[in-house]
Amino acid sequence: MAKPLDYESLNENVKKTAYAVRGELYLRASELQKEGKKIIFTNVGNPHALGQKPLTFPRQVVALCQAPFLLDDPNVGLLFPADAIARAKHYLQLTSGGLGAYSDSRGIPGVRKEVAEFIERRDGYPTDPELIFLTDGASKGVMQMLNAIIRNENDGILVPVPQYPLYSAAITLYGGSLVPYYLEEEANWSLDFNNIRQSIASARSKGITVRAMVIINPGNPTGQCLSEANIRELLRFCFLENLVLLADEVYQQNIYQDERPFISARKILFDMGPPLSKEVQLVSFHTVSKGYWGECGQRGGYFEMTNLSPKTVDEIYKVASISLSPNVPGQIFMGLMVNPPKPGDISYFKFEQESKAIMESLRKRAHIMTDGFNSCRNVVCNFTEGAMYSFPQIRLPARAIEVAKSAGKAPDVFYCLKLLEATGISTVPGSGFGQKEGVFHLRTTILPAEEDMPAIMESFKKFNDAFMEEYEDYRGYSRM
Amino acid sequence: MSFIKTPAVPIESINPKVKDCEYAVRGEILNYALRLQEELEKNPGSRPFDEIIYSNLGNPHALGQKPITFFRQVLALCEYPALLDTDDTHKFFSSDAISRAKKIRSTLTGKSTGAYSHSKGAKGLREMIADGIALRDGYPANPEDIFLTDGASAAVHMIMQLLIRSENDGILCPIPQYPLYSAAITLHGGTLVPYYLSEAKGWGLEVFELKGNLDLARENGISVKAIVVINPGNPTGQVLSESNQQEIVELCRKEGLVLLADEVYQDNVYVKDKNFISFKRIIKSVGYSDDEISLVSFQSISKGYYGECGKRGGYMELCGFSEDVKDQIYKVASVNLCSNTSGQILASLIMNPPKPGEESHKLFFAEKEAILSSLGRRAKALEDAFNSMEGVSCQKAEGAMYLFPLIKLPNKAIEAAKKVNMVPDAFYALRLLDATGLVLVPGSGFGQAPGTWHVRTTILPDESKIPAIVSRLKAFHESFMKEFQD
Repeated sequence: MAKPLDYESLNENVKKTAYAVRGELYLRASELQKEGKKIIFTNVGNPHALGQKPLTFPRQVVALCQAPFLLDDPNVGLLFPADAIARAKHYLQLTSGGLGAYSDSRGIPGVRKEVAEFIERRDGYPTDPELIFLTDGASKGVMQMLNAIIRNENDGILVPVPQYPLYSAAITLYGGSLVPYYLEEEANWSLDFNNIRQSIASARSKGITVRAMVIINPGNPTGQCLSEANIRELLRFCFLENLVLLADEVYQQNIYQDERPFISARKILFDMGPPLSKEVQLVSFHTVSKGYWGECGQRGGYFEMTNLSPKTVDEIYKVASISLSPNVPGQIFMGLMVNPPKPGDISYFKFEQESKAIMESLRKRAHIMTDGFNSCRNVVCNFTEGAMYSFPQIRLPARAIEVAKSAGKAPDVFYCLKLLEATGISTVPGSGFGQKEGVFHLRTTILPAEEDMPAIMESFKKFNDAFMEEYEDYRGYSRM
Repeated sequence: MSFIKTPAVPIESINPKVKDCEYAVRGEILNYALRLQEELEKNPGSRPFDEIIYSNLGNPHALGQKPITFFRQVLALCEYPALLDTDDTHKFFSSDAISRAKKIRSTLTGKSTGAYSHSKGAKGLREMIADGIALRDGYPANPEDIFLTDGASAAVHMIMQLLIRSENDGILCPIPQYPLYSAAITLHGGTLVPYYLSEAKGWGLEVFELKGNLDLARENGISVKAIVVINPGNPTGQVLSESNQQEIVELCRKEGLVLLADEVYQDNVYVKDKNFISFKRIIKSVGYSDDEISLVSFQSISKGYYGECGKRGGYMELCGFSEDVKDQIYKVASVNLCSNTSGQILASLIMNPPKPGEESHKLFFAEKEAILSSLGRRAKALEDAFNSMEGVSCQKAEGAMYLFPLIKLPNKAIEAAKKVNMVPDAFYALRLLDATGLVLVPGSGFGQAPGTWHVRTTILPDESKIPAIVSRLKAFHESFMKEFQD
């Protein structure tokens, strides 16, 4: 009897889906780790996995919320500062029965209000908590929105190349079409509107209805902070082409240069005034996983909807309600992130210290890594202006490309596997994110501990130089 | 400013599967209840009741149930590990909670609840769960076959997504069913193939009836891929007999169906003559090989005596799945990176609670027994109340958290409902809410035999409130039946 669940009879969309961040390289790295090799996992933006410490205050608050009987103990002040105690009581009051009760399917109203207040402080424009939905990580929110938009394979979503492969995976899973637009590596990964217009025209000529456009700002894997001019032009473009803009802004706290601070797409939209501010449909995503918080494992995120019709919002609410509610501890982390200790609070000094230390170190590491890559003659690396990654371009010799192809591997996969085996550094090949034909990259995070960075870059350079030695011939190396 | 605005499709024309799916547990009735709640808060005393009681949803802590102390101690220690190093720790935490937290921390990536874990869930936690499953069933479990998810619901979605290729793929579902299944099948574009539970036989499952519906679906060109069995049942509360379970397993084997065993209420059994037996144990004890039958077992931290709904924790255990299929499941799980760590930790705790002799066992056992015995008493009190009402009959809640009474609505009531464009049981439930403040879910949200009407209530309101609820219910029903007397 044929097995009822044969590989052949699975949903085709599932089979087509790829997600390189935990794909071939990661699986190989895990195998090697089991065999006893020391692996440095720089494949995913997972700060605590690489030694970053959690911020103290939020952990104190959530621990108290998890164990409210502590609050009843007269000696609780021995273990926790007064403001953590007060804040825990505040959040417990906002819940419908503590952390163990399903909340409103959109998230705890009081926390959504805190998020709305944060957005208003950040942007200078008010927002409605009813249009903010908390989710189990921003990824779930992205998937919910794409599921709502995509009706069939004729619905296209404009996605940057390179992109964070959640987008390509989700589009495949939901049976839509990915319409790529290429970021300009030579112009610091900025938007190329000619290319975007060409992409959308090409898609439409194939019968694709382009419904939405994704931007990731700061960029992943590319790390660029978009200029205000770029975002303005983008919003005008979405207005003219009637596209929903999906603004992935999860790295908004991770900014390592001062020329282009983070400005939210929403702020710029409202700065532009009507008719755009009243008509462009925008969904903005944020998370507790990144920034200087790095609380990936808590799965806390939100999306904010601007100019979506009430009926659409209702449908999205309905789908959220089937999964009942996002996890409550993650929601509290979100509340704490948007409403951190203020000057004058008992925990403020320590909180500021911890946050600043992480941010300063990330900035330093962004430089160390960029400089380290650029010191290799066949590597060109744009500076990591924001986010958590470095995405160097590796120029591979023709012979390496041939050997890779005969081994049945994409050239950058081949390179990254060799890098892994030689040094234990587990990266993600650029092909996992998308890149121009014949151009190769890898993505690494800037998260290894600062004191380990010089040795890691040393180790990379040694490997790279040896690789070039082995595969380069007198004709020189391949170029873009 | 002059420009050319190209016409395009707005988001208003969203995915039709999203528009088609429904979930009555948090539907119309709840929206009305929330409005009533606001009204009550603005004008206390404006209604014949002083609070809204949300008996629509299995959400124990929202109705006053307390969390299990040991579990919360461990969670607090994991979340804020600085607590593990202080001199005062032992004043607040038992030593077995401390050692369990240390053990759990060592299983977490970066020793932090803040790191993404393995996409199946932290390996060490899966090992603890596997041990718990083995202890429960008497047969080993493989940690590699366990996937930790943000609640069992997320795992159900994953499997539906995997199984359903088009509307020609069908999934057998019990009627009545927990509407996650109907919603998920719609969302993923498949076809729900119903099989009716027999109310007169205590909501029993007739394999004959199952086979009949299966054959009918196949004749209509549906490729039936799987069968959902909820045991203990939701909304129906029955605990399947072992022989019934064996028949179901045999049918799945013969007909090539994946068995989807929703066992989230495995720790909610209130009758002495029945026990929960996992489908995995049935399969292993009969001796079926992995080639013969595929099973997915779902468990959750939301129910039982722990009721940790808000943490969103659960898992599915796969049996009889080939490696290449499991790889696909792992791949889909990895797109979301991992489930939340708080939920993962709780899943490992519920499957591995304190044992006799351990420091926390006494308190743990007392808390657990208090909750379960209270649930049993509340189930009985409400069941008796319904059975005492004219035209109402209610099957016993052998397990789970609900009662699903059958209400013989008079024709006049049915007509009145039609006049306002409402399904008759929704009309009844709305009137009930208006008069008593009690939020129930109309039976039509779960499915029922045509021409019958039910409502689902949880058994969760605080025990002290049950007498008042019962008297309000009886008073309402009496006046309703009088108003619509034929």
